[in-house]
Amino acid sequence: MKIAFASGKGGTGKTTVAVNVAYILQQCGADVQLLDCDVEEPNAHLFLQPRMDRSIPATVKRPEAAEDRCTGCGVCADYCEFNAITVFKSTVIIFPELCHGCGVCAWFCPERIITETDRPIGVIEGGMAKGIRFLQGRLNIGEVIAPPMIRQVKEQAQAAAVTLIDCPPGNSCPLIEAVRDTDLVILVSEPTPFGLYDLSLTVASLKELGLPAGVVVNRCDIGNDELYLFCRQENIPILAEIPHDRRIAESYSRGGLISEELPEYRELFASLWENVLALVMEKGGQPPTARRGTAS
Amino acid sequence: MKIAVTAQNPGWTELLDTRFGRAACFVIVDGETKEWQAVENRQNRQATQGTGIQAARTIIDQGAEVLISGNVGPKAFRVLQAASVRMFRTDPAVQKTVSDAVAAWERGELEEIKAATVEGHSV
Repeated sequence: MKIAFASGKGGTGKTTVAVNVAYILQQCGADVQLLDCDVEEPNAHLFLQPRMDRSIPATVKRPEAAEDRCTGCGVCADYCEFNAITVFKSTVIIFPELCHGCGVCAWFCPERIITETDRPIGVIEGGMAKGIRFLQGRLNIGEVIAPPMIRQVKEQAQAAAVTLIDCPPGNSCPLIEAVRDTDLVILVSEPTPFGLYDLSLTVASLKELGLPAGVVVNRCDIGNDELYLFCRQENIPILAEIPHDRRIAESYSRGGLISEELPEYRELFASLWENVLALVMEKGGQPPTARRGTAS
Repeated sequence: MKIAVTAQNPGWTELLDTRFGRAACFVIVDGETKEWQAVENRQNRQATQGTGIQAARTIIDQGAEVLISGNVGPKAFRVLQAASVRMFRTDPAVQKTVSDAVAAWERGELEEIKAATVEGHSV
């Protein structure tokens, strides 16, 4: 079973909820894997303190053109969705930082003069953290193309009874790449106008993808009730409410795990997970224990 | 010689658009006869990235040897420079319309752009 943690707005508590759910599940003896797919600034490791035992380079294809044989037809530029290659006369200019490495330019070049080489964009690191299998992607500084990095993190993931995916904020390609193939998306939001606005964009994206979602309201005692009204209208269940508690902020600021340091919150995350399982089954999915042979 | 001018609407007396990649349209003017033709840039305005690159290709394909605009970003600059298109910058306080800009360029009043005038906008 794959569960994603997303939010729209940044800083609402995606990672906090993801690492605490992972911890609670591990404490209950489940085979849990956490993928930190917030590859521009992965931070789940700060809370889980994994001991890394592997590091794999992530790459994208970089096109190169043999200009001496270019006829200037411009087919490559016409097909490039990202404007990463342009041609005039027989001069080919390539912008690797815009290139997603899809290979469409090389595929359609009638002269077959475009070749692709691997360009490193970051690293995938894996290890164990408090009994949780941990994997994260980390883009190199200056790299702006997150989806191929996220895809490669997911490719490196092992089969596990439960895979939790910490997603990047926002609603564009990186989020889509992170949530696709998941069974349910947990949307961590805060009851503020800003939180609600970004949440509504994410909800619209998930509808388009046909993915079920539930909401965790973080800092539930601030803001207003617009978020709750929205969830009722959209028929999105509230999975849990986390109060605005100074002790949570203090634990977080030290890189602590709430469910480890503040035992009274264990029940909150356990009940959150119960609600997730109920929702997955309601949407026609299967609970993790029903998948034999995936746990190691 | 053909001159490309960024404009908010197609027309000789229309207001200038100070952006290049996301300009509403390009008015391509024949420097000698003042005959002009507008090229819409609508599709490019919707693009998420690389609009300057695509816009540069558009005006190069139109045969422009001179560009008059408010700003040129680093990627557009690289393409236009490689295609030997000379770039000139309008002053929004002085030139308001396409005809103003072409007249000012003819009088040699426009500053030539020798490096990108703004940062790139790519995410």
